Amino acid sequence: MRYLTARKRAEGKGASHTGAHHHWSMTLSAVGLAFLVPSWLYVFGSALGGSRAEVLETFSHPFPAILSALVLVIGMRHFAMGATTMIEDYARGTARKMLIIFAVSLAWMIGAVGIFALLKIAL
Amino acid sequence: MAEAKRVERPLSPHLQIYRWHVPMLTSILTRITGHALVAGVLLAVWWLLAAATSDEYFATANAVATSWFGDLVFTGSLWAVWFHYLAGLRHLYFDAGNGMDIPTAEKLGWACLIGSVVLTVITILLVQ
Repeated sequence: MRYLTARKRAEGKGASHTGAHHHWSMTLSAVGLAFLVPSWLYVFGSALGGSRAEVLETFSHPFPAILSALVLVIGMRHFAMGATTMIEDYARGTARKMLIIFAVSLAWMIGAVGIFALLKIAL
Repeated sequence: MAEAKRVERPLSPHLQIYRWHVPMLTSILTRITGHALVAGVLLAVWWLLAAATSDEYFATANAVATSWFGDLVFTGSLWAVWFHYLAGLRHLYFDAGNGMDIPTAEKLGWACLIGSVVLTVITILLVQ
């Protein structure tokens, strides 16, 4: 026997079962990226086209390295969650699950490779 | 038991029926640019991994990243990131309950389209 009323169990959950948590996470990462991305574009764009020594020099400094790591981690999280929403809109059943697993794995993979490269250059 | 009555319900209009308008176009572009950006990120991270690894690996990745193909991917990604950026700011503005009337929404859509091109050009000039 459940002691919770139906209303209590439903409260704040909505159709997603997690309430507005997904939306709030996207808002958080969006605001974070809004602050990070413009300066990262400048750092990356300036480094692109240089020699290997110049590239290593750029990303061995704390600001470009930490900025790039933040953009990668938050950006890939933002991508994984956005891709999940898109897949939920267009696919159902097993295809939906497989596509979401692929998108989330891809995001983690890109993030891990990027962090490895940054650590190797910066440390 | 009686057959369930089939009722002819009105269908929601589909994309082919809708007249294209700016808020609709920019909303769809937000999703497309957000997902297409993964191509630019992949190329950037591969290039960075190559730089971290060795001279030979960097020579290969750098040749791709600075070829016409790399220019195409990175220039396209640059426009995509600026469009997604402006559309995201617009999303935050909408979320706060502002700008939902049609004239304002139309103007914000145009601001995303024109602003993204302007910011792309400015960024390219800055990082040259």
